[in-house]
Amino acid sequence: MGNDRLALVALVAPAIAFLIAFFVFPLLMMARTGASGPDGLATYLTILVDARYLASLSKTVLLAGTVTLTTLAIAGVAGVFLARHRFPGRRVLTAFLTLPLAFPGVVVGFMVILLAGRQGVVGTIAEALTGERLVFAYSLAGLFVGYLYFSIPRTVLTVVAAAEKLDPALEEAARSLGAGRWRVVRDVVLPGLEGALLAAGAICFATAMGAFGTAFTLATRIDVLPMVIYAEFTVGANIAVAAALSFLLGAITWAVLAIARTAAGANVAAAG
Amino acid sequence: MRPHFDPGFLAGLVFASLVAFFLVGPVILSVLAGVTANYQRGILESGITLAWLGRVFELYAPTIALSLGIALATLVATLLLGVPVAYALAKAPGRLARLAEEALVMPVAIPGIATGLALILAWGAVGEFRTHWTFILVGHVLFTLPFMVRSTLAVILAAKLPALEEAARSLGAGFLARFTTVVLPNAAPGILAGSLMVVTLSLGEFNMTLFLHTPFTMTLPVGLADSYASMRLEIGSAYTLVFLVLLIPLLVALQWAADRATGAPSRP
Repeated sequence: MGNDRLALVALVAPAIAFLIAFFVFPLLMMARTGASGPDGLATYLTILVDARYLASLSKTVLLAGTVTLTTLAIAGVAGVFLARHRFPGRRVLTAFLTLPLAFPGVVVGFMVILLAGRQGVVGTIAEALTGERLVFAYSLAGLFVGYLYFSIPRTVLTVVAAAEKLDPALEEAARSLGAGRWRVVRDVVLPGLEGALLAAGAICFATAMGAFGTAFTLATRIDVLPMVIYAEFTVGANIAVAAALSFLLGAITWAVLAIARTAAGANVAAAG
Repeated sequence: MRPHFDPGFLAGLVFASLVAFFLVGPVILSVLAGVTANYQRGILESGITLAWLGRVFELYAPTIALSLGIALATLVATLLLGVPVAYALAKAPGRLARLAEEALVMPVAIPGIATGLALILAWGAVGEFRTHWTFILVGHVLFTLPFMVRSTLAVILAAKLPALEEAARSLGAGFLARFTTVVLPNAAPGILAGSLMVVTLSLGEFNMTLFLHTPFTMTLPVGLADSYASMRLEIGSAYTLVFLVLLIPLLVALQWAADRATGAPSRP
């Protein structure tokens, strides 16, 4: 038995050593760097009260929140639809809905440029209809579209998987008891999907908070938190602030994911 | 199943199709733009050309080679580090294993931009490491390792591997024999799905790599950002086309492997 323990430790040791050297140690160094500026430890306070950083933080949280709710609504409807119906072309439709699953943020940004950039289709169509060219790729609206673009595929997958596990008999029962379409959705389908929606929403929110490639491709003027970190690090050479902001950003995304995991886990356990 | 003229079904179909159109439309535009002689004038008027693709290879061939190399090296590293961890987690007592798993997943919970910055602050000044491609490799391994571990662990747990292994042990098989003849073959579907995931993620990683790269170690996604910012739309599109040609087969294989991995336990 003791021998087995030893073998298990030996199996895990290389990965643990790797994590300590290239993850734990760097994070500690970053925390220390955050306190190494002219303001010392107070840098962490500064980033929470400085108007510019606060505006960036609230803008990022607001954007990520809006993206999450919109994605859950869109992917929720599309996902439940795909899980409920069997029809010719369903596989193709599913494949299309999940195609951009692993597109990096930069590529997503380029997709938004093709849609709504200076040479984009939306602009061309708007020009033909109204005579005025509509260009919104290089703004917060463009970023919103981009974040939807990469959030929808993974959320659709989660919803489909969860909705296929729901018992259709429950809905039939509710319907036969006289519940309308919306009542069934509100009282039967949504509670059944709660865990999956919570988990998918948390991932969506955390990803949107930290996403960088899309904003980087679209414009340097969009001051979401990752862009501010990048600017402070490269242009401003304000490494202490960049480190403190990164630490804050990491803490937020980690906390959101951890809370959702605990909540969704408890949910699963409660459903038994 | 309900009949297809149901208005609810039709509304759902129209909605899902519109969403699909939003997701696939730009990809089609991008592919077309990559082979259009002049995007402004349109493909019908200006005609099809492979010149932009040729230009992409002239400008960015090293980034494609580097990304493929890093993806393969990341795969080897995650196999060596991750598969043993998955096996150990499956066998270790509950609470300890959960704690270890939690710690292992942390790099995914933190944005790549933060991890990239932390890596530079900790290791950026150490010898030649900063300008070497292995600096990027370290970041990619950090970010992809959890996926390899999870994918392998799920299959090991579903396959009731500890029981199988116990049987082999009672028949006198040593640790190495058990690992190679019982553990690896049974975990293979999970390892395969994990491997495809790792390669896919490494090929497309940008958030962290933008920080980690130097002019001598530019990867494909970093090159893409460069072309979007400084080249004609047609070149950016052609470059994206090259990336999609690499990525989409991986995604299709990944879907297949994931289905196979989750379906594995139900097979006799």
